[in-house]
Amino acid sequence: MRIIIPIKQVPETRSVKMDETTGTVIRQGVESIVNPLDLYAIETALRLKEQYGGETVAVTMGPPQAETALREALSMGVDQAVLVSDRAYAGSDTWATAYILAAAISKLGGFDLIVCGERATDGDTGQVGPELAAALNIPVASYVNRITNITGSWCVADRRLEDGEEQLQITLPAILTVVKEIGVPRLPTLDGKIRARRTAIPIYSQKELQLPENRIGLNGSPTRVVKIFRPAVARQCQLEFGGDDRQNEQAVAKLFAFLQGREVV
Amino acid sequence: MKHQDIWILAEQRHGHIMPISYELITRGLALAAGRDCRLNAMIFGHSLDTAAPEALIRCGVDRVVAVEAPELEHFTVEPYAAAMLQLIDEYRPEIILAGATSTGRTLMPYVAMSAHAGLTADCTVLEIEPGSGLLLQTRPAIGGNIMATIKCPECRPQMATVRPRSTRPAPDTPGRTGEIVRRRLTGGQLSSRIVRTGFIPDREELGLQDADKIVVVGRGIKKAENIRLARELAGALGAALGASREVIDRGWLSYPHQIGLSGKTVTPKLYIGVGVSGAIQHLAGMQTAETIVAINTDPEAQIFKVADFGIVGNLFDIVPQLTAMIKEGKQPW
Repeated sequence: MRIIIPIKQVPETRSVKMDETTGTVIRQGVESIVNPLDLYAIETALRLKEQYGGETVAVTMGPPQAETALREALSMGVDQAVLVSDRAYAGSDTWATAYILAAAISKLGGFDLIVCGERATDGDTGQVGPELAAALNIPVASYVNRITNITGSWCVADRRLEDGEEQLQITLPAILTVVKEIGVPRLPTLDGKIRARRTAIPIYSQKELQLPENRIGLNGSPTRVVKIFRPAVARQCQLEFGGDDRQNEQAVAKLFAFLQGREVV
Repeated sequence: MKHQDIWILAEQRHGHIMPISYELITRGLALAAGRDCRLNAMIFGHSLDTAAPEALIRCGVDRVVAVEAPELEHFTVEPYAAAMLQLIDEYRPEIILAGATSTGRTLMPYVAMSAHAGLTADCTVLEIEPGSGLLLQTRPAIGGNIMATIKCPECRPQMATVRPRSTRPAPDTPGRTGEIVRRRLTGGQLSSRIVRTGFIPDREELGLQDADKIVVVGRGIKKAENIRLARELAGALGAALGASREVIDRGWLSYPHQIGLSGKTVTPKLYIGVGVSGAIQHLAGMQTAETIVAINTDPEAQIFKVADFGIVGNLFDIVPQLTAMIKEGKQPW
């Protein structure tokens, strides 16, 4: 079985800061990591390989330094990695990203399964997985939390919905996007790190993929970001201070009166 | 034929309209007023009775197109995408809104890719840009740290998924009329490589997203046993119990309780945060609540910036007192 894992390099979100005057995101000095939710996709692929045999391939699209993310996937045990990178791909929205990834994955040759993370923690869209499925004309099952069986031609999996789990029988090749419940990602091993350092990572650029300009990068992206700003958080907060018993009692009495005023008690 | 009208995807389960559909009507009506056009709903299912489309019309939809086939009874991506693409081809919508639900977030990207349409995920604000008439779609990104406004200048339809519970459902107007179009698609158009073989509903009926009042515990509760205090307050108020991510990560409550960017988004009448600091990811899931109350020891806690009423103090003293006062304040029946 051949499993492809599309991953993304993202900024460590907890350390993302905003420039208050310009309203832009400061990326300088922010650590880049493998999208934490992609680690679950990598783990899923590795477990399937252990159980059913085969080969795992990680793919990422990004600037040259996104290679670091692929090396981390390799150090976890992924067999091969491919970097999709070209200046012409910069500024791609999810549509153009899925289009380019689909072309890169087609160039990789056949596959049985593509496993994606639920979404990336920077864009938070969760769109590329289903878009990639449409671009490759294969089915997609999203929010998969359990894979119970795979044969040569189909896969049985559970999918998490708002109010329960549904069981699906999926014809392969297909895309699964997986959620955290699927299994705890393993850590890179020392052997893995050594192997990762020695593994050659081919780069697919426009020279290899030859994609039409009106389908890639900013030109090929249907959406445009108009502005970025900090979420407004402004309410007039009536602040009371507790302390000793009497202060607490007064604060609680004021809160109770406030709640009565709002007709919620 | 030019692209026109606002469309929403109305979701159904077992023939019942899902609540998100009425929230989408609220959004759709505002946009239709801005574009001076009609509001349409598409609904996919099998053997739908007339109650479902009629309910949509009473709440503000001008025309409902109901596409029916056995393959459309439950959501699987390929038949649903085929049905939506068919309607896009026939009616050429200017805008399509769907819920940012497990269905919407799977179907919309699949369709957008095939239709070469622009799609924005999980929007919390939708408006029409004056002059251009374009859909301005605003959404949180980077863990809720920033908001981004996105538009789609050329490709049509302009597509967006809308965060559930980010607006009020449209009210029912008895007697309101509209057009119902029933469409059948044949099996060949709706083939699926995914078969839904079963469904196991969650046992835990939390009703967090439907609750009018929610008491939410944060890390300040210190240990699992102390959650009892919040539970008692919730009991006195008739409120549901939620939690911030730290509480879930420590295993003090189960994941369905989680409120915030990686959990549920809620819009209750009353939110009471108990020992919740107010990380931006949490605020993204609750700041649309009508009334926000926070109890926290730290006067600098972010939660106070979005609260209407705050008590800086020890929750272990304050919460039991509040619970007692609410119990006493209630009229004996």
